[in-house]
Amino acid sequence: MMQHKNIIAAYSIMILLIIAVGVLQSWTIALTILNYCLISAVMTIGANIQWGYAGLINFGIMGYTALGGLAAVLVNVPPVKEAWKAGGSGMVVSLILIISGVYIIRTVLRKFENSKKRNYIVAAIIIIGFVIVRYISGPAIENIEAIDPAKTGFLGGLGLPIIFSWIVGGLFAAGIAFIVGKIALGLRADYLAIATLLIAEIIVSIIKHEDWLARGVKNVIGLKRPVPYEVDLQGSTWFIDLVEKFHSKKLDVITSLTERQDVLNQLVIDASSVYVKLCLAGLFLTVVIILLILTQKALYSPWGRKMRAIRDNEVAANAMGKNVVKEHLLIFILGSAIVGIAGAMMVTNDGLFTPGSYRPMRYTFVIWVMVIVGGTGNNFGAILGGFVVWFLWVEAAPIALFFINFFTAHLEETNAVKQHLIQSAAYFRFLLVGIGLLIIMRYRPKGLIPEKINIK
Amino acid sequence: MDFINAIVLLLNYTVIPALTYGSQLALGAIFVTLVYGILRFANFATGDMMSFGTMVAVLITFYFQSLGISFGFLPTALLTIPPAVLAMIFYMLFIDKFVFSYYRVKKSPPVQLAMVSVGVMFVTQAIIRIIIGPFDRRFFDGEKFILKANEFKEMTGLNEGLTIKSTQAITIFVTVLVVSIMFWFLNRTKTGTSMRAYSDNEDLALLSGIDPKKVVLITWIIAGILATIGGVLYGLDKSYRPFVYFNNMLPIFAAAIVGGIGNPFGAFLGGYVIAFAEILVTYAYKKFFAYLLPEFMEPDSLMQLLSTDYKFAVSFSILVIVLLFRPSGIFKGKTL
Repeated sequence: MMQHKNIIAAYSIMILLIIAVGVLQSWTIALTILNYCLISAVMTIGANIQWGYAGLINFGIMGYTALGGLAAVLVNVPPVKEAWKAGGSGMVVSLILIISGVYIIRTVLRKFENSKKRNYIVAAIIIIGFVIVRYISGPAIENIEAIDPAKTGFLGGLGLPIIFSWIVGGLFAAGIAFIVGKIALGLRADYLAIATLLIAEIIVSIIKHEDWLARGVKNVIGLKRPVPYEVDLQGSTWFIDLVEKFHSKKLDVITSLTERQDVLNQLVIDASSVYVKLCLAGLFLTVVIILLILTQKALYSPWGRKMRAIRDNEVAANAMGKNVVKEHLLIFILGSAIVGIAGAMMVTNDGLFTPGSYRPMRYTFVIWVMVIVGGTGNNFGAILGGFVVWFLWVEAAPIALFFINFFTAHLEETNAVKQHLIQSAAYFRFLLVGIGLLIIMRYRPKGLIPEKINIK
Repeated sequence: MDFINAIVLLLNYTVIPALTYGSQLALGAIFVTLVYGILRFANFATGDMMSFGTMVAVLITFYFQSLGISFGFLPTALLTIPPAVLAMIFYMLFIDKFVFSYYRVKKSPPVQLAMVSVGVMFVTQAIIRIIIGPFDRRFFDGEKFILKANEFKEMTGLNEGLTIKSTQAITIFVTVLVVSIMFWFLNRTKTGTSMRAYSDNEDLALLSGIDPKKVVLITWIIAGILATIGGVLYGLDKSYRPFVYFNNMLPIFAAAIVGGIGNPFGAFLGGYVIAFAEILVTYAYKKFFAYLLPEFMEPDSLMQLLSTDYKFAVSFSILVIVLLFRPSGIFKGKTL
């Protein structure tokens, strides 16, 4: 019972904080924060499955987020027909070659199980395959990138609604996670952390520099939203009527007709962006709730108990006949897939894909701080962590600015120290999050809402 | 003649830059490996600790420059290394006292310490950005070249020039000096032996009367020296930018693991392995082959295996390959 009260109290405080931002700053900012909180919550659910349920450290969150974003581009952007004509066949042939190369390597690995020849043969296949693929794909890539490079210069996508990309993003991330898991999961905890961190960096650098795939650092803009656009809303009568009804008290006071129209226009503009953000928030909330239900069910299922047993004592679980390797791989894939969904959601929210912005600080370490601060092994805790940390991350600058002004009130405006501090107010977010993490790790190592296992 | 030209070309564009970059990585990698071997955790604040030391050096350099103090033809920054090292050691001991020592005494699992180091990373990054800002800063002064391309061409009559920047020479010289002193210390002195014993088997070392506090203190002092010197050398050679230092943590980790984590000599060589791999794989060999092959066989393409965009990816791929085939590193380190 105590646990439930804590959870409810914590979430109410969080909601009150967001409402406070809405009242004090603006509703658009509050809803932007809320949307990012919800996306972060999906990411933390993914990371929490891996770390909280199974004790796997995945510092590659950034890579799977980027893969989700890539999926959003590949699903939503209409195909570029000229590019397909110019280099599509070359790329398809290269893809087939790569897949067949992988199959050849697999058969070689099976045939020569315990021989030294194996490694040499595999290395030879990789080198020869690499040269052939580069020879075929090189001109194709050049042709593709030459087509209207300012606007397209890539193959484009499928032209489907972006909401499908949430599933595709999850599948992309799951596929890569399968390969990464096969390579890295045998490693000890901290090696696994380093290996996944570096592999994520490889994934992002490929997305950044393969311009034919998703324009690389030239960014893709103008992805279509699954919700109405502000401009359309501002032109539709039902929306204007709705806003008029909503603000009727405020509008009735104004007598002048032109002034009333001006005020109404302003209100409609504000309301349209709030409405769009609310729609997105609704979609995101649905995803969070579905994932939460599924993960809670999983946690208290026999499978969840098995995962905890493996986490707490790998050797004993192995001795009891549980296949540790297989379960680790499974949970690694599941967690990464959820992070991939979050990546696609993030691109949906922004409407643009900027591979240059994927940095480990923002997309790996902050997410980890969220999981640890919130409570490892507890989904409610992880989601709360996502909310709290993202809120602090965004609001740290205004808070820091307030305190700087407060403590340096007696100094003159031209004081060098004061000016320097005000300029660097944005960096106090690192300080706040870092100190928050250190304090939580020391005094509440299980997080704000700790894991609690009720045995039924 | 063509053959010598080709060799000089390779020396100029691959070997010398790789040796320089490798030295900078090697210092960082030994830092990682020492912390891992003796304090037993993967320190994710590595890049930012190096950045902290360099920041102090940069600030003192600017102060010295404003006073008009210079170091002749050598960069002023070399003068600032001792105070910067002191500041770095002080900062590390401060962090250790208030953060790491608690978990060490409690014998927390290494994963928890690694997580704590992520917190330290955030805090250090904040301190650096608040003090010096995220901007690019150049603090190199003094003579820029030891050997200019034109001088070399006149001297030898070759087509290809060989340039040696003074920062490259300084980097290699200082690295060799620091690393040899460190190995002498670790292998020949009593304190060094006790550190190795502590790294090998903590319980046994404690039984034979080794003071753990002293070992930890000395480790942080050596780590401070390595981190600051590595950071300053990198900053002199390229430029100082906090974000780049954070990113450098990744190849440094790769170097430490490739060399076998916990093994300082392996980390030293691992730095060069990573640096040479990065530069050799992304170098365009067109001109090189143009010298060596007869005219009709001259290649059309750039003869580049991977574009320079994938510089980091190369070192990480090497790490993955090493982890797959020799999980304890090329030179046997701690087992996994």
